[in-house]
Amino acid sequence: MTTTTTNDDVMDLLRFATIGSVDDGKSTLIGRLLVDTRQLFDDQIDAVAQASKDRGVGDLDLSFVTDGLRAEREQGITIDVAYRYAATPKRKFVIADCPGHVQYTANMATGASTADLALVVVDATTGLKEQTRRHLCIASLLGVRQLIVCANKMDEGNWRFPLYERVVAQMSALAKTLEIESLTVIPISALNGDNVVDRSNAAPYYEGPTVLEALESAPAGGWAGVHGVETDEATRLPVQWILRQPGGGRTYAGMVDGAPIRVGEQVTVLPAGLTSTVTEVRTPSGPTDVAAVGLSVSVALADDLDVSRGDMIVGSANQPTVTNEIEATICWFGTGSLTPGSRFRVKHTTRTTPGIVDTISAKLDVNDLSLSGTSELVSNEIGVVRLKTADPLVVDSYGVNRITGSFVLVDEVTNITVAAGMVGIPTLLHQG
Amino acid sequence: MTTTDTASNERIDHLDLLESHAIFIIREVAAECERPVLLFSGGKDSAVLLHLAIKAFAPGKLPFPIMHVDTGHNFPEVIDYRDRLVERLGERLIVASVQESIDKGRVADPGPFGMRNRLQTTALLDAINEHKFDAAFGGARRDEDKARAKERVLSFRDAFGQWDPRKQRPELWQLYQGKVAPGEHLRGFPLSDWTELDIWQYIAREDIELPTIYFSHQREIIQRDGMLLAVSEWVQLREGEVVETRTVRFRTVGDATCTGSVESHASTIEDIITETATSTVSERGATRADDKFSETAMEDRKREGYF
Repeated sequence: MTTTTTNDDVMDLLRFATIGSVDDGKSTLIGRLLVDTRQLFDDQIDAVAQASKDRGVGDLDLSFVTDGLRAEREQGITIDVAYRYAATPKRKFVIADCPGHVQYTANMATGASTADLALVVVDATTGLKEQTRRHLCIASLLGVRQLIVCANKMDEGNWRFPLYERVVAQMSALAKTLEIESLTVIPISALNGDNVVDRSNAAPYYEGPTVLEALESAPAGGWAGVHGVETDEATRLPVQWILRQPGGGRTYAGMVDGAPIRVGEQVTVLPAGLTSTVTEVRTPSGPTDVAAVGLSVSVALADDLDVSRGDMIVGSANQPTVTNEIEATICWFGTGSLTPGSRFRVKHTTRTTPGIVDTISAKLDVNDLSLSGTSELVSNEIGVVRLKTADPLVVDSYGVNRITGSFVLVDEVTNITVAAGMVGIPTLLHQG
Repeated sequence: MTTTDTASNERIDHLDLLESHAIFIIREVAAECERPVLLFSGGKDSAVLLHLAIKAFAPGKLPFPIMHVDTGHNFPEVIDYRDRLVERLGERLIVASVQESIDKGRVADPGPFGMRNRLQTTALLDAINEHKFDAAFGGARRDEDKARAKERVLSFRDAFGQWDPRKQRPELWQLYQGKVAPGEHLRGFPLSDWTELDIWQYIAREDIELPTIYFSHQREIIQRDGMLLAVSEWVQLREGEVVETRTVRFRTVGDATCTGSVESHASTIEDIITETATSTVSERGATRADDKFSETAMEDRKREGYF
């Protein structure tokens, strides 16, 4: 089945993350993509071939292309995200090859948090596994709405249609619950390269795109660009740094989010609620009338206001919420359990403030996607919490804006990031 | 370039995105850390890094110093370039010297012709301790090496300067979290998502000055371990080696004893972009003996605290 939306004017940079259970062949697929699109240099292929021979795993173990750490090659697994870069004549790709093991869920979330799309690998001979469901669930919560699903190892199953059909059925059943907007399922053999870059005759029942074709035509920029476009006034500029100008005056530096920022725009500085007008916008290339989402800018305001790092300059017409209490969805990565009363540093946009978990109300079972009441979360669980913060935060719902709707919790003693938080409760967590 | 026509959400040039993201990271680290430092080797990546840092804080000065970890085995063109650049910018330069580490007995002297690349780690960590730096910006890119491909944008180092690839902090969205305890530090890599080709395209677009050794020139070289090493006071002839004059350029800048040149007639940035786009050998594969010791040479050095 193919429901990929094609876009003639595709953005030239697509960020995608790989998802799949251990041993379903994610790293092999990425290795295959890189080799068949000729992204690897001769010496890199030689090194992979040498390492494969040294470890007695055949002539060219494609998974070694991305599994670069010693421990990964020893165990034949992926421990942490590997970022790889590829370019075809159509566009550039940033690939986050994510680990499959449950204990490395935090690393998977790291890779998926900035993805426009997820490339899902399923072993077609066994069907969808629990770990894949967990990752699909996390990717959905993180806002990934496009999936390219590879029904892999079809060669081992003699390319039997029912194997492909089962993956299609399993994914279609999940797609609605996970709010997937675009789903393409492709029968492939990562090992042999069928339907990855080169079209295969092995599956005559399949007429859709190859993996590369699907990647080249998918809409990009979703992770940090598309949100907020339906409301043109939802400009967000979290202030990073104050730049003093020669001869007096200050400009406020940060990355444009939500919607473009324009000279002449009426803005409000939150949380204080002071209003002013943008008099100057400067991008890294110089002054401009309007700067797009994703650009680092500095702006000047008509009025001399007290603005510091952590404040947010927003379009006055469509303002976010200013609050000390946030209802949020949490992915808990800590080694112990998360209980009410736990204290953290909360980092949200450019502000860091002390916070306390007030209540924990529910957790998600990633297998059947059901919710159950709870008052604690154990490692790698997903739940709904109410958080109180010392300073007010300026937030949008994560469903509207991935930047102003996200935060992390940092352990006050170890300084380790122990949770990823998303403001609001997505549909997935509404159902009983 | 950014003009009003790029304001739509559909399309921004990928160099604009990389540039803005790098500037965002530099500003975040400068704001979150108390004593950052920018590591500068004189190579193309650190030239781009410095250019971005200047842009991040213009029209003001950098809120941190620049530090060169000097192996003592330099190409004179690179030191000349470094000194002119720092003087023109009016920024602060700290030189952490490997020779000083040797003189103080902090590291063993590998001899006059020995490779000093690995010794930079001690000089770097000593300087970080001495100046109490809590963050060090580097120009490393993830496309350079398989261990670097695994590293976070903000990479935590313990009190011994070590990187533990199994204990990296989750790093979601653009929430770069830079808190460390005294004695620990972060490495910040604003160029993480850039490729070698991106670097050259950006150098061309921004007209960034580079040391002359990046461009094609005539040089006396010897062939050793599959590399074309420049003859210098630290690279002496071994038995059976012959000095030849070839037309070469360098793809990376490092210690003169282990950084090879490549045969090339690319004399302009445009030539180099064409050459880079069609190269069949990676930049480290072509030119760095220090990566050829073992399958995980870079990971092993990084664990010890290398760049």
